[in-house]
Amino acid sequence: MTVAHILAPTLEEGARAALGAVVDPELDEPITDLGFVRSLEVDGHDVVVHLRLPTSFCSPSFAYLMASDAKDALTALPWTGRVVVALDDHHDSDLINAGLAADAGYRGTFRHEAEQDLEGLRTTFRRKAHTAAMERCLTALLRSQPDRDVTSLGAVTLADLPSGEHTEALRRRRAALGLPDDPVALVMVDHDGHGYPPEEVPLRLRRARSTRISIDGNAHFCRGLLRTRYPGSEADQAPRHDDPVFIPLTTLQAPKEHTT
Amino acid sequence: MYTKDGESYFIVDAHVALWDARPENQRNIHGKQFIDCFYDYHRNLSPESEVWSYEEYLYQGGDRLMKDLFQDGYVDHAIFQPAYLNEFYETGFGQSEEASALAKAHPDKLTYNHNFDPRNGEEGLDQLRADAERFGLKGVKLYTAEWHGDSRGWKLDDPWARRYFELCRELGITNIHVHKGPTIRPLDRDAFDVADIDHVASDFTDLNFIVEHVGLPRLEDFCWIATQEPNVHGGLAVAMPFIHTRPRYFAQILGELLYWIGEDRIQFASDYAIWTPKWLVERFVDFQIPQDMTEYGPITTAQKKKILGLNAAKMYDLDVPADLRLPDAEEPATGPRQPEQADLAKV
Repeated sequence: MTVAHILAPTLEEGARAALGAVVDPELDEPITDLGFVRSLEVDGHDVVVHLRLPTSFCSPSFAYLMASDAKDALTALPWTGRVVVALDDHHDSDLINAGLAADAGYRGTFRHEAEQDLEGLRTTFRRKAHTAAMERCLTALLRSQPDRDVTSLGAVTLADLPSGEHTEALRRRRAALGLPDDPVALVMVDHDGHGYPPEEVPLRLRRARSTRISIDGNAHFCRGLLRTRYPGSEADQAPRHDDPVFIPLTTLQAPKEHTT
Repeated sequence: MYTKDGESYFIVDAHVALWDARPENQRNIHGKQFIDCFYDYHRNLSPESEVWSYEEYLYQGGDRLMKDLFQDGYVDHAIFQPAYLNEFYETGFGQSEEASALAKAHPDKLTYNHNFDPRNGEEGLDQLRADAERFGLKGVKLYTAEWHGDSRGWKLDDPWARRYFELCRELGITNIHVHKGPTIRPLDRDAFDVADIDHVASDFTDLNFIVEHVGLPRLEDFCWIATQEPNVHGGLAVAMPFIHTRPRYFAQILGELLYWIGEDRIQFASDYAIWTPKWLVERFVDFQIPQDMTEYGPITTAQKKKILGLNAAKMYDLDVPADLRLPDAEEPATGPRQPEQADLAKV
């Protein structure tokens, strides 16, 4: 890799970076980290992307959201011309791919099965992602301060959180919900920004924990199923943040060349 | 019956199937996609020694089922929970004729639950009456993402579904097993959302609602409604095999369930033939919540006995040897259990 190459990323790298902003709402992770991008081809100004999912029976609404977000993200790049996004091997592949090709939108794609739009669905999962990110921060705080009273978590502010990955992730998810980012803002809040009285805090934390466990569990299951369904796809998956840190023996023996 | 270290466990496998997914029974590409999806579940979550060939997986037949469950699998009683999937398979996915005949031949070992679809309207109500009489139904298995003409899903609180629950009540069909799937009408909503179960459980307090797969992929929503509704139960089908691939995740699922709904409302299931009960029973009896997970208390032998069979046996009035029975826990009907275990916690 040359210095010039690093300074001027290729169009393909730009397209891949754009796809990195597309998130699986249920798993709260970019489709590029999950291995859902099967192929990406750039030919002049034309881009062709194939997406793949862990099963043929993943929810068609989520499948459509990711595929249409991918098309929007690529179309928004200043240099792209014709953009084709195709969802492979799904029970609704024909329906979704025809809808995407015609820019038919959600209602135009699913017709009688669609009522309004998928914004409500998106919001539900943004809220869950926020709840899980909040629980990660507060549980980490609890573990690092074993003498802390659980009920006191209701008064923790953003300034009280140590800087790091969990806190950054929480701030991003707060921003997505329009929650305040100032240092004195309470951490433990519902999706409207309301805090909880001390006596409610333990139960609310437990409830947030069940949300976090659910999302993490689904993410691991879906990642595993993708690897089973598409042998070799593990190479396209980035480790999930809650994965135990370990260095696979194979990596030690034969370091892989990183191209990105 | 499974015995280890001087303890005996009465085993009820609360979710089994006798399916036929062979190509000659596949109606279209979706029939193949569906069984392929199941086979990937099987391959992904089974220990290597327990993985079947694809051919074996397509169809097992009654003899193989009897061997896998009762001869090899320690199961004392199993409950058929057939998925219809008539849009994907010529004679449906779950084989009603074969399974119900097997249950009739072995009433001490097998219970046959059937299914209904509220989109069949009045005709379906008549059919349910006939099915209840023919099969002697105590329970039904409902799949809300079933495809049906131009509809690919329904909700439990749809007006027609309520008519069916009223009839269930009348016919003594008290055990409503619910499996959420990926489609619903309209697709705007989260198909896996369990809020509709909450509504009907509040309105039909004399029916048991067993949420299969403990609500996965919406474990949190399931826990939240189940802690508030004493007639909502959790079935462990699909959650069980995580005991092998992701034991810490399995511990969290179990820890959450014991906290939110308690030891008397959780039912073991292998989801045969997706997995086989033998290794799941063995692993579960050996299982313990890791010590560093201080947010959960350890799981007791009594809790394991209830989950592995006594809870489902009670729901289905199965005859359990007197020396294997256990009393209900002294726990509140609603709200979190073992709150003193809550968390890392100094409250």
